[in-house]
Amino acid sequence: MAALAGIRDGRTATPDPRYVSTWSTTARVIEHRALQYRRTFRASIFGSFGIPVLFLTAMGLGLGGYVDKSADAALHGLTYLQFLAPGLLAATVMQTGSFEATFPILGGLQWNKVFHAMFATPIRPADIVYGNVAWIALRLSLVGAVFAIVIVAFGASKSALVVLAVPSAVLTGLAFATPIMAFTATQRTPDRFATLFRFGVTPLFLFSGTFFPIESLPAVIQPIAWLSPLWHGVELCRELMLGTVGDTPLLALIHALVLVTIAAIGVAVALRTVEARLVKG
Amino acid sequence: MTETNAAPADASKPPESLIHARGLTKRFGEFTAVDGVDFDVQPGEAFGFLGPNGAGKTSTMRMIGCTSPISDGQLSVLGMNPRRDGTRIRARLGVVPQADTLDNELTVRENLLIYGRYFGLPRDECARRADELLDFVQLTDRGKDLVEPLSGGMKRRLTIARSLINEPDLMLLDEPTTGLDPQARHLLWDRLYRLKQRGVTLVLTTHYMDEAEQLCDRLVVMDKAKIVAEGSPQQLIERYSTKEVAEFRFAPGIQETLDGQFEGLAERIERLPDRVLLYADDGEAVVAGAHGRGLHPETVLVRRSTLEDVFLRLTGRSLIE
Repeated sequence: MAALAGIRDGRTATPDPRYVSTWSTTARVIEHRALQYRRTFRASIFGSFGIPVLFLTAMGLGLGGYVDKSADAALHGLTYLQFLAPGLLAATVMQTGSFEATFPILGGLQWNKVFHAMFATPIRPADIVYGNVAWIALRLSLVGAVFAIVIVAFGASKSALVVLAVPSAVLTGLAFATPIMAFTATQRTPDRFATLFRFGVTPLFLFSGTFFPIESLPAVIQPIAWLSPLWHGVELCRELMLGTVGDTPLLALIHALVLVTIAAIGVAVALRTVEARLVKG
Repeated sequence: MTETNAAPADASKPPESLIHARGLTKRFGEFTAVDGVDFDVQPGEAFGFLGPNGAGKTSTMRMIGCTSPISDGQLSVLGMNPRRDGTRIRARLGVVPQADTLDNELTVRENLLIYGRYFGLPRDECARRADELLDFVQLTDRGKDLVEPLSGGMKRRLTIARSLINEPDLMLLDEPTTGLDPQARHLLWDRLYRLKQRGVTLVLTTHYMDEAEQLCDRLVVMDKAKIVAEGSPQQLIERYSTKEVAEFRFAPGIQETLDGQFEGLAERIERLPDRVLLYADDGEAVVAGAHGRGLHPETVLVRRSTLEDVFLRLTGRSLIE
């Protein structure tokens, strides 16, 4: 058998420099995730269209019909659908990002231990982190792009800058996914994920200006909303889709910087926690 | 610490062995999992770590596999330093971990393909090797099935096939047959034996003495983080045991009443909770002598000495408790 005939006695072989390039090793982790995804791709795409259609219909058109009749002034002349759409875009991508950083990552570290299998080869812990972050970014881009298509079909975007709202939403998702990934690498069971979603992700989903302007909140808790990465993401998407980003470009830049910073810190911590976990076994 | 026949450590001379360890130590905080062990593995040999659970076998394997940094001592693998060259070393290892790490979301064949990609092999090469390896481990007809419904033995065979996809210079097998039924174990041993015949260097851990006897040219016995003996299975048996063993089992309550009745019957006597082992080169003579003294065990078994007896002699305990 040729595959076995090639086995050398270990004294003559020289190491192959191919094995040490970061880009290619990271790309192999992405390739693995893509191979896994192929099996659930159709169901996933269907869901990606279904969620925005349902939400925009029920809340944007249904609930929005009431809101627009009674509270036109509160939304500064926008329809509720126009107000809601960018918030839902950012919030949905954020939720997907949060989920992708919990169960799939714990699976690779704890259940089927696929990341341990990778670590027994030239793939390094850093490749596993970068590869998974890159994969999540790709997943979120798909979710965000589909959402944006539905928004445009609903006529809920006022600006062509909706195109830039997609990467902004992806950035929002990564600002959640990378710190959560760092946390997941410290867990051996999914027990604390319920707590994370109940007391972290869901309250932020509701109170980050997604469904109503944070000015509607009591003045004392408004500053808390500013700490929410989702609020920065929602604001950024909203400014882009309403075409108002040109009025306050500095503010948009700050939102983007906040999100980039959080995502980068998340990656830096995940590099440590994932490596520590893989070394521990 | 051990009777090793390897040359003394000499830092100035590069080691010829595939694995060279001197004073190799692994600590987890206060706990010492591996305590200054010395060993060498030569190209083409099948080398075993035999010992009970918790003896430090897996920690040693993980240091060799460059997934766990060494705490102290020297280690070179394939002539390289794991601290510095972990990635390069891992590129040339075939690792079969204790617990399966297969991707249940993929098919049998896809598991091999993606694993080949980790090593940077081109896709067509991965496909060629995957088909050959599926044939080698007799899983060709399961190639398109998901991994999940496979039996334990099939998953182990797939893991072995996977570890061969990069044509490794050195295979590390951590308890390759633990938890398998006898039939599955024999099939797996057969495949490993074939690899050995092809000149693949195998390093394995086991707490099954029959596995060690079947597969290992040379082994070290580990107990409580240290190596307590080293040699071929035959050498160890000759050095630490007798040719034969007579095992006596008595009716419940009888063994406790016996005291001194076995003296002089055998070279060495081990009293276990459920039986008495009498070590002698002629087991039948021991049985005859015992009958002559009016001892009437419920069952008598005369057998050849095994590594289990070696382990009992060295540590006073059984391998599997």
